[in-house]
Amino acid sequence: MKAAARAEKKDEKKRRPCRSMLYMPGNNPGMMQHVPAFGADSVLLDLEDAVSDREKDAARHLVSRFVGEIDFGDTLVTVRVNGADTPWFQKDLEEVIPAAPAAVRVPKCHSPEDVKHADDLIGRIEREHGMLPGGVKIHAMLETAHGIEQAFEIARASERVEALTLGGQDLTADLGVQKTRDGVELFYARGRVVMAAKAAGLMAFDTVWTDIDDMEGLKAEAKLAVQMGFTGKAAIHPSQVEAIHEAYRPDPKELRRAFRIIGAAERAEREGKGVISVDGRMVDGPVVTRAFSLIGLGRLYGIEEEEDIR
Amino acid sequence: MNAGQNLKMVKNALGREVPVEIPGLGKFEPYVSPFDYLGRALFRTQETRPIRPREPRHDKVTDDIRKAVERSGLENGMTISFHHHLRNGDAVVPAVLKALSEMGFKDLSLAPSSLSDSHDMVADYFRNGLVTRLFSSGARGEVGRAISAGELDIPVVLRSHGGRARAVEQGEMPIDVAFLAAPLCDKYGNMTGSGGRSACGSLGYAQVDARHARHVIAVTDSLTDYPLRPRISVPQYLVDQVLVVDSIGDPSKIATGAARISRNPVDLRIARNAFDLIAASGLLTNGCSFQVGAGGASLAVAAYVKDYMKENRIKGAFGLGGMSGYMIEMLEQGYFEAMLDVQSFDSAVTDSMTRNPNHIEIDASCYANPFNKGCTAHNLDIVVLAALDIDVDFNVDIQTGHDGVLRGAIGGHPDTAAGAKLAVVVAPSFRGGVPTIKERVTTVCTPGETIDAFVTERGICVNPRREDLLASARAARLPVKDIRELKEEVEKLTGVPDPPEFDRSRVVAVIENRDGTLLDTARAVGPGPGRGLV
Repeated sequence: MKAAARAEKKDEKKRRPCRSMLYMPGNNPGMMQHVPAFGADSVLLDLEDAVSDREKDAARHLVSRFVGEIDFGDTLVTVRVNGADTPWFQKDLEEVIPAAPAAVRVPKCHSPEDVKHADDLIGRIEREHGMLPGGVKIHAMLETAHGIEQAFEIARASERVEALTLGGQDLTADLGVQKTRDGVELFYARGRVVMAAKAAGLMAFDTVWTDIDDMEGLKAEAKLAVQMGFTGKAAIHPSQVEAIHEAYRPDPKELRRAFRIIGAAERAEREGKGVISVDGRMVDGPVVTRAFSLIGLGRLYGIEEEEDIR
Repeated sequence: MNAGQNLKMVKNALGREVPVEIPGLGKFEPYVSPFDYLGRALFRTQETRPIRPREPRHDKVTDDIRKAVERSGLENGMTISFHHHLRNGDAVVPAVLKALSEMGFKDLSLAPSSLSDSHDMVADYFRNGLVTRLFSSGARGEVGRAISAGELDIPVVLRSHGGRARAVEQGEMPIDVAFLAAPLCDKYGNMTGSGGRSACGSLGYAQVDARHARHVIAVTDSLTDYPLRPRISVPQYLVDQVLVVDSIGDPSKIATGAARISRNPVDLRIARNAFDLIAASGLLTNGCSFQVGAGGASLAVAAYVKDYMKENRIKGAFGLGGMSGYMIEMLEQGYFEAMLDVQSFDSAVTDSMTRNPNHIEIDASCYANPFNKGCTAHNLDIVVLAALDIDVDFNVDIQTGHDGVLRGAIGGHPDTAAGAKLAVVVAPSFRGGVPTIKERVTTVCTPGETIDAFVTERGICVNPRREDLLASARAARLPVKDIRELKEEVEKLTGVPDPPEFDRSRVVAVIENRDGTLLDTARAVGPGPGRGLV
């Protein structure tokens, strides 16, 4: 077995990679049927902003059927429902949850109560349908100043919460500022969301880059998201997926070191030693964990052995 | 309509039934393999054309179409030809057929290099008996429907561009009178497509007809001073008459705006997969050659290729084929040394040939005729081709719609597929809910033996004949799938549609391979006799 495959087998905390989360309008079956072709790690079938009021019911039926019946391959499937303050919230959950998406994204989470409310409803629907309790996760979307300030409490509001996601569009509106190309106005919010999510052991997703013609801008922002610790970034067009994945490509130097770390860890285990040392320095637990996840990431870019690193 | 044809049929090497003889057309041989013709005895050319010497200062110009036809010596039963460089803007085919019909002609063979969407009225002339035989690269719209409905008693012969050049040069399809639209022409018949108000770029298909037709009539709406300059596509010594008309076409439909790179995410995914395979093949190196169409995913492949060449400082030898503005841009930006242009696709190319000596006009024989002493399609490294359908043996159908009706054009597809080192067919894995991969395509236009890979948005299927390519694709970790597996994956989404129903007893067209052997037979659409509506 190759080094990376061995590492992945031992990586108990391994999650499905979620570098990219592709938005797809829930009223567009022509696009949804192509989801597996776009190579995104996860997809977000949208019932909220992408769908006009008069198409809400049709989109909900369509998405529920799609999620229930179509083979999405390796792509993680999530659904964004309408907000709790709309007449569609409950209907959305009642129809979508039985189709068992990996998660629902709950928009406009202002406070822990919003999450608890959604959690109660989802739990009830799961019971009614004899589903595994807690199987469908919540991705809590923070897109107001109040929500950002409550980020950690929201993250810990329910076991069901699996990720925090930043909604940059609505947040800039709430802050009364313009979204700029370098995104300095979102810097604090990004930091806050990542910090809260990581503190609660959750994933964190960055907001979308809206100008699909500006690839350079997307690349820069995706790089920032990686630097700040986001698990992944949302994409509003399939053409953005590749740029986002490129931003997550592990640094070759760091990846080489990760291979040496897990090599040392394997040796230490064989020889019954408790202490690991690499390049003459002691290596502790979190660093080994990080090495495992880095090697898992490298596999997504075709790197199975140290020699595969270009 | 003539019902029972009772043609004697044989199975060719692809297992397709083809006639051995068609009354009104002659004998045919079944397809064997792509280069089977190399092993055969010398081919005989059948006919040379008569030479009629003319006195000095002979007046070739007329504005009377009837006079021009009378002088040409056209008779019932003869063959007339046209080129299709004016695409959807062509007004020459309609005008000439209308005049011939009014003059009372009957029983003509129509042999254009292809027919476009603007030629629906050709079907009317099937019905009034003016045209009884058709030889073409394509049959679209109303013409396709009329053929598929069995409106012509004698089956249509569909050929590739290279196959047509071969048939003309070999004398297999002698042309009696060629009516050649000439966007810019002088009084002695020197003509070019690079100029005039109906400019169309290359006249590559017209050049072959001009060389071999018994009588050549240049049809122009832009008569210019003698001598035409600076470039001449068809020289005066091949032209019998110059017919001046008000308009040879609609310029807005001849030279459309420059084709843009698709933004359709499925097309882009297909293009990306195709490019990845091309890169993995190792053929994109200095001195490489490349051909790509102007549609959907194809042009997007060119964009990826360009980025790769830029990044890796690669300069190709030539681009080939139907030229789009994008390819000319690549020439001007130095990605290729030359562009060999048999047919220009959009407005960006119409005056480029006059400006740029490395944008070179080539004729259809030079492009793709398998029987001349060397065609450019045989020098080609990489070609990206479209398809309507493909089957598990990689046979490609570019002619039959989902309803069984003829609707496409063969073009240079089989020629470049046979000639190129790497022939990649690109198409969405399903369209309109109908899967693209079939167990057997309805009509084989390009034999699967000449196709190296089929690329969709859902993955890359390498022809098992190309073990080397499969290994390269796997080494590059490309999404390789067995074509049958992909077929099943797609059918899980779409189901398997019922094939269209055909009247098996009624042959409406035959598909000629480049070498003149028969690849397949198209049948009339609809239930056959005895299977009518219950």
